[in-house]
Amino acid sequence: MPKVPYLRLAIVSLAIGAVIAVLMIQIDWNGEAGSTAAGPIDALLDWMIIISSFVFAIVCVFLGYALYRWRVKPGDESDGLPIHGNTKLELTWTIIPTVIVLFAAGYSWAVLDDIEEVDSDPLIVNVYSQQFAWTFGYPTEGNKWSEGEFHVPVGRQVVFNMHAQDVLHSFWVPEWRIKKDNVPGITTDAVVTPDRVGTFQLICTELCGAGHSVMRAKVVVEPRKKFNRWVRGLEEEVPQGLYLTADQALEIQKQIQKAEGGIGGSGVDETTRDNVTQS
Amino acid sequence: MAHALREPGWYRAALGTLIGAAFGFGLVVILRLVSGLDAFQTEQTGYPQVIVPLITAPFGFLIGFGAFSYWFRWAAGKPTVPDDHSGHGATRWQDYFTFNTDHKVIGIQYIVTTFFFFFVGGLLAMLIRAELAQPGTQIVDPNVYNGLFSTHATVMIFLFIIPMFAGIANYVLPIMIGAPDMAFPRLNALSFWLLPIAGVIFMGSFLAPGGSFDAGWTGYAPLSTGAPLGQSFFNVGVQFAGASSIATSVNFLVTIITMRAPGMNLWRMPLLVWANLSTSLIVVGATPFIAGVQFMVLFDRIMGMNFFNFLEGGDVLSYQHIFWFYSHPAVYIMMLPGFGIISEVIATNARKPIFGYRLMALALLGIVVLSYSVWAHHMFVAGMFSWLRVPIMITTLLIAVPTGIKVFSWLGTLFYGKIHTYSTAMLFALGFIVTFTVGGISGVMLGMVPLDIHMSDTYFVVAHIHFVLFGGSVFTIFAGIYYWFPKMTGRMYDERLGRIHFWGTMIGTWGTFIPQHWIGLEGMPRRVADYASQFGEWNLVISFFSLILGLAQLVFLYNMVVSWKYGPKASGNPWRSKTIEWLVSSPPPTFNFDEIPRVVGGPYEYGTPGARHAIMGDEDAEATVPEPKPSSVPAAT
Ligand code: HEM
Ligand SMILES: [Cu+2]
Ligand SMILES: [Cu+2]
Repeated sequence: MPKVPYLRLAIVSLAIGAVIAVLMIQIDWNGEAGSTAAGPIDALLDWMIIISSFVFAIVCVFLGYALYRWRVKPGDESDGLPIHGNTKLELTWTIIPTVIVLFAAGYSWAVLDDIEEVDSDPLIVNVYSQQFAWTFGYPTEGNKWSEGEFHVPVGRQVVFNMHAQDVLHSFWVPEWRIKKDNVPGITTDAVVTPDRVGTFQLICTELCGAGHSVMRAKVVVEPRKKFNRWVRGLEEEVPQGLYLTADQALEIQKQIQKAEGGIGGSGVDETTRDNVTQS
Repeated sequence: MAHALREPGWYRAALGTLIGAAFGFGLVVILRLVSGLDAFQTEQTGYPQVIVPLITAPFGFLIGFGAFSYWFRWAAGKPTVPDDHSGHGATRWQDYFTFNTDHKVIGIQYIVTTFFFFFVGGLLAMLIRAELAQPGTQIVDPNVYNGLFSTHATVMIFLFIIPMFAGIANYVLPIMIGAPDMAFPRLNALSFWLLPIAGVIFMGSFLAPGGSFDAGWTGYAPLSTGAPLGQSFFNVGVQFAGASSIATSVNFLVTIITMRAPGMNLWRMPLLVWANLSTSLIVVGATPFIAGVQFMVLFDRIMGMNFFNFLEGGDVLSYQHIFWFYSHPAVYIMMLPGFGIISEVIATNARKPIFGYRLMALALLGIVVLSYSVWAHHMFVAGMFSWLRVPIMITTLLIAVPTGIKVFSWLGTLFYGKIHTYSTAMLFALGFIVTFTVGGISGVMLGMVPLDIHMSDTYFVVAHIHFVLFGGSVFTIFAGIYYWFPKMTGRMYDERLGRIHFWGTMIGTWGTFIPQHWIGLEGMPRRVADYASQFGEWNLVISFFSLILGLAQLVFLYNMVVSWKYGPKASGNPWRSKTIEWLVSSPPPTFNFDEIPRVVGGPYEYGTPGARHAIMGDEDAEATVPEPKPSSVPAAT
């Protein structure tokens, strides 16, 4: 059997893989970073990009070499060598990928535990999403409410408790690398420690109807003092058009069905909003 | 006329459709009136007077068309009309519009129909890209836009990729295993005719008040349970497409298990047969789940059953669990048959046995088993119980191992081969290896929970699914169509146009879907009609390349249509392959074989002088047969 320069192919693959990897990790894939989770997540992605560069290079180099070496000349009707397999080689390409993916899983698990660890004194922010608007509540800051915009202090961990009032929505701030669906009927949560001052966008990432593309809110991360001032200036009254619990939503829906003229004419707006506190 | 209405056929089918529709409509109206309700119910989630006829009319059509005639006679104890096979084969184009039980006719019916839907879905994609070429709203309003991507995905998945593979296998698989037909020819024909019905229902949703279904192909509750009437068309259409899939896969299972030619033991089956065996195992197990969950949505909608109504104790997340318990395995339904096709094309065109044949078959079975255990990777950020994420991450990443084995084995097959890259089929197979690798890589990244938290529901996912579905499934479909085109039509296609098609598709695919990774990571969510202006340039680039991709498909269409009519005649075995379908004429005789062939060796015995896969019935039965080879000989290097 004619010799194949396997060693050289391997070196070429590694070299090309290294070049791709070095070029690829120059790019800031995930864009700007704005939370403590971004560091570990971006590092994890860089690792995966490096490993993947080598995988891609190996596939391309071996494919390219095969084509270069064994592409037939026109008129050659002969067959290739009757090789059916090679147990050692097959075991190798079963075991090495297994090790790689198990490494990826273990590393991911560690990162996951890291970014989801909850501090002793996080700020609680309630998130309420409905077609196609966001409302935020600050139960521990004197039961304050804000619509379409929320602020958080920089450097303090925030736990978001999320509620969807009608259909699924999803809470994503790309700079924070954190996303969580808001699910009607249950409360979901996400933990973020913003570490960069600035204005960001909250983007809805779960299809929720005609207004889905424009369902955004303004996110402001600011120094503690500024944040305190902002919170103090907020209203304590529950915002118009927001209902809080499933029971209330059900009640409202029943009333709508009963009363002609919909929610405005039914009077339930006022009654259900009496005495509600934040969950 | 009266006679035509009594005989099975299009006239009686039209009449049956009317009767079916009238029956369903009457049933609803009468029951409602009897119960003291208004005759019509026009809440957007209601319209029972439309939904029930939507289910009964297709049955009327099928009965009128003759799909059930044999079974009805049999059930009624009347003498059945034995099939005299006079309807087998197709001599005129009209023959393809009959209830034909010949697997080769059905195969062509499947392939042509699904390509039709490919172009329908492609047109919808072009509209999507036109709207997204620039930020802002130009062509369609957001509601219509949501309908566009929902119907695009639904048509491509349920009416193109899944049934296309069933169609290709329908044609070649029985011949490959030396069978005269599928095990259940009437069920086979029924499976096919359920598809156009599903297509009419999906497309019909555009006429429904409120527009077509627009909750995505995933149809998540509660958006879907509250959506306008079009959503019910989706729920019902999926039943027909799903029933078609299930019936076909039962047919394949029985055919593969019981109808292999003598001598074809499991380890002598071509990998396409292995692939369809594996796929069918997934379909029969998983497809009932999507059928069930779409019924649950339909019941929520028209009967107020509250499966997913959180206000009445329903559980919103359970929709996603049931849906993905089908739809993750479904992505392998869309990939495994393609793996099989690539194995055939590469073995033939590299003129070498598949490297590690047994491991290739076992990898398929490994994927079948694992595919049932990874569904929740679509729900890492869905708010499900958080402990499930890590185990699902591990199984998800492990599924990359058998997938990787396949890629490496194809490369191993090329080594020491005699590689023919002249045929477009082989170009698509090689292009598939590179392109699919990228899709696999992005899949592994998505499978890692911390990365998925950022990437989920962004354009990164859109990039992933198109690399695996276009660069994966669709490339394999093209490879298969080019490869078996001479067999199916008896004519050769034009390789030059094929190469233009290949390079257009390759450039179009990479140009369209690579940048989607980047804009996704930088913050562009999926399923949006409008986006932040910072993504404007890339979206214009993407739309430009998608146009190239679209135009390339027109070259394909032209090539196929013209070659089918005017192409040079093909020999029985233009690629000098060893599997049985190439040992018969092109196109094959009506009943495939005069005598069932005898299988005497592995399917890919290239390079071993005198080695054979099968001996055809008309050859000397005493033909000398070399000893079967051990399947694995160490490769000296
Ligand atoms: C290496 C193997 C693969 C892995 C590890 C993998 C992993 C994943 C993950 C984790 C997601 C969920 C992303 C999210 O929504 O956040 C996903 C989505 C998807 N994958 Fe894959 N994938 C693989 C191969 C494939 C193949 C072969 C196909 C089909 C031919 C496929 C089709 C899809 C589709 C259609 C979706 C999106 C579904 C939707 O939300 O609409 N994947 N994949
Ligand atoms: Cu949304
Ligand atoms: Cu999946």
